[in-house]
Amino acid sequence: MALKESLQQHLDDIYNKCLQCGLCLPICPTYNLDLREESSPRGRIQLIHSVQNNELTLSEIFVNEMYFCLDCRACETACPAGVRFGELIEESRNMISDKGLEPFILKFLKKIFLRWILTSTKRTKTAARILRAYQRCGLKEAVIESGLLRLFSDKLHEKHRLLPTIQDKFFDEEFSEIIRPAGDVRGRVAFLSGCIMNVAFTDIHRDAVYVLIANGFEVVIPRGQVCCGSLHAHNGEIDSAKYLAQKNIEVFEKYQFDALVVDSAGCSAFMKEYTRIFAGDEKYAERAKIFSQKVKEITEFFSEVGLTIPLTSFNKKVTYHEACHLVHTQKISRQPRELIQSIPGIELIELPEATWCCGSAGIYNVVRYDDSMKILDRKIKNLESTGADIVVTANPGCHLQLQYGIKKHGLNMQVMHPISLFRTVYHEKS
Amino acid sequence: MITSSITKKLKGIIGNDNVFDSPESRLAYSYDSSPINTQIPDLVVRPTTPEQISQIVQLANDEIFSIVPRGSGTGLSGGTLPSENSIILLTNHWNKIIEIDKENLCVWVEPGVITANLQADVEKYGFIYPPDPGSASISTLGGNVAENAGGLRGLKYGVTKNYVLGLEVVLPTGEILHTGGKSVKDVAGYNLKDILIGSEGTLGIFTKILLKIIPKPATSKTFLAFFSSMEDAARTVSAIITAKVTPSMIELLDNTTIRCVEDYTHIGLPVETAAILLIEIDGKKALVDDDAILVHEICRKHNATAIKVAQDEIESIKLKTARRSAFASLARATPTTLTEDVAVPRSEIAKLVSRISEIGKKNNIRIGTFGHAGVGNLHPNYMTDKRDKAAFARAEKSIIEVEEAAIELGGTITGEHGVGLYKKRLLEKMVGSPSMIMMRKLKQMMDPNNIMNPGKIFDLRPKCEGPLPTEREQIKKFEEVAWI
Ligand SMILES: Cc1cc2nc3c(=O)[nH]c(=O)nc-3n(C[C@H](O)[C@H](O)[C@H](O)COP(=O)(O)OP(=O)(O)OC[C@H]3O[C@@H](n4cnc5c(N)ncnc54)[C@H](O)[C@@H]3O)c2cc1C
Ligand code: SF4
Ligand code: SF4
Repeated sequence: MALKESLQQHLDDIYNKCLQCGLCLPICPTYNLDLREESSPRGRIQLIHSVQNNELTLSEIFVNEMYFCLDCRACETACPAGVRFGELIEESRNMISDKGLEPFILKFLKKIFLRWILTSTKRTKTAARILRAYQRCGLKEAVIESGLLRLFSDKLHEKHRLLPTIQDKFFDEEFSEIIRPAGDVRGRVAFLSGCIMNVAFTDIHRDAVYVLIANGFEVVIPRGQVCCGSLHAHNGEIDSAKYLAQKNIEVFEKYQFDALVVDSAGCSAFMKEYTRIFAGDEKYAERAKIFSQKVKEITEFFSEVGLTIPLTSFNKKVTYHEACHLVHTQKISRQPRELIQSIPGIELIELPEATWCCGSAGIYNVVRYDDSMKILDRKIKNLESTGADIVVTANPGCHLQLQYGIKKHGLNMQVMHPISLFRTVYHEKS
Repeated sequence: MITSSITKKLKGIIGNDNVFDSPESRLAYSYDSSPINTQIPDLVVRPTTPEQISQIVQLANDEIFSIVPRGSGTGLSGGTLPSENSIILLTNHWNKIIEIDKENLCVWVEPGVITANLQADVEKYGFIYPPDPGSASISTLGGNVAENAGGLRGLKYGVTKNYVLGLEVVLPTGEILHTGGKSVKDVAGYNLKDILIGSEGTLGIFTKILLKIIPKPATSKTFLAFFSSMEDAARTVSAIITAKVTPSMIELLDNTTIRCVEDYTHIGLPVETAAILLIEIDGKKALVDDDAILVHEICRKHNATAIKVAQDEIESIKLKTARRSAFASLARATPTTLTEDVAVPRSEIAKLVSRISEIGKKNNIRIGTFGHAGVGNLHPNYMTDKRDKAAFARAEKSIIEVEEAAIELGGTITGEHGVGLYKKRLLEKMVGSPSMIMMRKLKQMMDPNNIMNPGKIFDLRPKCEGPLPTEREQIKKFEEVAWI
């Protein structure tokens, strides 16, 4: 009860910080779809407060507004008063989840995907293997070709195309636990293999390890680590998120390292928040703090320690899409740009509205496909205006979403992680 | 009360999708950026043509309910807060720039166009639209005209009213009125346009606005001057004006503001400094250079302890950050910040500043002051916590005292934020009885049923009112009494 009261007090403090100035409205992607105040950060803050004070009920409209929000945190960047909107929206989703009132598709995904599959590395891999078999045996193409899923719904057909392609070999099976660089050792870093990244983005992981060892870092990939829990926390599954966070803290504690390097923006953002979610916890508060302090997003890491600049020039036009969980949650914006620009020959073209969400937002593009597509259309228009050959982004969700949008709109553009860009240029040199 | 038959008629006029009646929607339109609360509106409507507005207005006159126009809801005086028995009428979705006329240097816009969007658009063609309120990224031009908004560049370029050339307005009786136009000169009849500008939604709803734009100045120079006393800074402002130089902006930050800005931005401001002036000069290069030397000398003569000149555009933006983040920095420093908007003749700036600090000391409240010193318009910010009743009462007391001080110095209770609900308690004292009678008569004549944003700026009959509610729970009903 005491915890509940202190939470209430904490949320009250956040609410009271809001000046109602409205400076968060022009950058909110959902407000800009329909210009409705209730779909703006300022409006949502008022709605949440009213529900907490029992002035409003947990109505269908309220629930809808809470899930219409992308949790992109652009409003936190814009807010002059420092209102931590993300904590409010996540708390309100917990409240909705406690009452079992979330949208049906989300309830389903949470039960199967978040609570069951992603809470265990073993189950994640088993699911990935099944998906891989399906993708490889030609059935996927057949399903797409035949438009079979269209019989159920057009959307199901489209959403099905948003699934990541599962790799032949999973990352943690390809690499040994410790990888040493060839020459002198500059330092030792731990590396998060993660859940989806481990099975579907092994190439990015591989590039990250390559660039780390090429720059003299010994890489440790602790066995037994689990999903970071960010998808859970953002969707009102705080208990599962805590369970996963505890496991990770316990696993990583056993190793010595200078930094925990993470190449997925969503994961690094949430792992830095372990401190907050365990605040006041007798057993984990202090350990979470130590853990979070070590977490470094990979471009942040390299911008601090420096990296070998390739000598060969790479004559491409590149633009940069800022992942919400990088720019808004972690305030990392300068670092990836500087890294990109350090490559000789590269022309970095600024993407208009680079910090605007692409609509991927975790599982938002599956749960709210239509809204997600409207937001993606805006992003694609901006991408097209740059005329770039490559769009660089540092989050797997954005990566898939942009790939999907580029294909859908017939653009000729490649999506790349900043670290893969480096690996490619290093490779060209050798 | 808005009965279901009225709702049905409204839906008939603008369609079901444009009438919002859920408790959630109504709650979301029950506030603006002012620290006061009134009540939840009965309905929210979103018309799409002037004719629809005209029909809604006629319905309001037939059925007797009130209409409260609303842009983005960033008003600081409560102009768009709902009154009893009212509907909110939105114009923020009406956001097209209709025409940019490069030959006649003007633009036709819809009322929902965001100020900054117009600025960015005309800049592409080498023009500027100078009024730049701190809220430009979200405020609507309709709201700007209704509040006669100002901004940082007011010293040289004036405020919104200096840029309004014409208006299309739906009057409180439903007629659609056109006033003004593209001719630069026009003296045909009374100047109705100027009565409508700054009318805070009480005399009609703007549906189209014709605005003047001007060529973009060739170059500009920005600098910060630091002072060890507020008096020196204030005297510098007067001296610059007397020397017949007109910078585009002279902005002042006091010590409390400087400390908060430095705490928040870490841009390296000396926190011991009593006052900073941000000065920008723009125009043709030769002229800017000459004026810059002159202003430099004046600052030195008035004991500026240091002067920092921006070497390029990037540095200029950096220096301006100090001023632009003033509001945010103060807001972060305390749970509640109340922003005030007094203005005095420029020559009285020094006196106003010292009165503000005396009042703060006497009432034991921290006040951070910044603002448009070049035009005598300051924003004292009262740093308090609305949950601490005693502290909040001291802040409210200070506000009234500062407003009274401004009136005594020959100034005004509001330079740019408008009267709305927040400032109306002192309006009569400020403008005097004949003006009040004139305003009331005008309102009665144009809006005989008092349906258009009633109770804003003034009540139709003088009445006593206690402090305004700051919490929704405290909501009190307004009583609207017909004028004697
Ligand atoms: C952070 C911040 C900084 C600010 N800085 C400044 C500043 O520097 N200078 C300044 O002058 N103000 C400033 N303001 C105040 C405010 O932004 C302005 O008053 C602005 O003009 C309000 O525009 P809006 O679209 O939000 O109008 P709203 O708040 O929606 O409405 C304001 C008034 O206009 C009326 N109205 C709105 N649309 C129409 C229409 N189409 N027809 C008729 N009436 C209409 C409303 O009824 C109401 O009375 C600031 C506010 C904030 C929050
Ligand atoms: S998190 Fe993003 S979508 Fe949600 S209110 Fe903030 S800006 Fe809008
Ligand atoms: S920007 Fe911040 S203070 Fe202003 S309305 Fe939004 S959340 Fe509130």
